Amino acid sequence: MTLREIRDILAAEVITGDADLEKEIKYGFAADLLSDVLALARGSSGVLSLLITGIIHPQVIYAGDIFDLGAIIFVRGKRPTEATIELAIENQIPLLVTPYIMFETCGRLYQHGLRPSIPNVKNG
Amino acid sequence: MVEADENIGLREMFYIEGGNFANAGATSSRVKKILKEIGFPGKIIRRTAIAAFEAEMNVICYANQGNLSLFITPSFLKVVVKDEGIGIPDVNLAMQEGYSTADERIRELGFGAGMGLSNIKRNTDEMILTSQPGQGTHLEFIVYLNEQAKE
Repeated sequence: MTLREIRDILAAEVITGDADLEKEIKYGFAADLLSDVLALARGSSGVLSLLITGIIHPQVIYAGDIFDLGAIIFVRGKRPTEATIELAIENQIPLLVTPYIMFETCGRLYQHGLRPSIPNVKNG
Repeated sequence: MVEADENIGLREMFYIEGGNFANAGATSSRVKKILKEIGFPGKIIRRTAIAAFEAEMNVICYANQGNLSLFITPSFLKVVVKDEGIGIPDVNLAMQEGYSTADERIRELGFGAGMGLSNIKRNTDEMILTSQPGQGTHLEFIVYLNEQAKE
């Protein structure tokens, strides 16, 4: 699904200026622990993932850069600082903010065809 | 661990300040950019960057200060991370997934799930971790540039 569809499904706001909304996002994963983000992020260049999170620290942007994330969406209206938004723009990672809680955010995206970055994990 | 100093084409060293969570990830982000500019395959960059990120986080969470050096050779990438900090009393225990000594402050920031070292191991071809409790930790890892180089 495109970033534009994600934005519309989640009544989200794109906070990084002119992000490429036609970007195709295939996988999603949700985490509020950065360690879990690192463990769950998958994909490669060309196959982009969306991180759904409540973490608004700049580290999440660096993690997004390391993992070539397609975009990051912050749930329940959480908004990072201007400096963090700038960092995301520099690293070309689109940021979105949705008013929905994480559960509903995931549910809506799954319903519309977004799939998990990893099918299942044992001993995670 | 492979010693091939005469073949090292590039060596970059970055200082990491312990406890500076605001910039956590900045060093590995720079490592990634260097590798990207040189034009290494995406998978090699990704594995090295992920391992570097985890190692950087460990210095920030547990050490007073440290540095990360990136060595680029024709057959492998090597990263050496040295820190001055509390060290690791039991390295084998620390390698277990889920084992963590992170305090509340570290966990509140979203770190400390105990997956870092195993994530480094998973993403690299060779990894050596040694530590002197009370003094610091020395971590090295290698990512080979092609399958044959592993032999």
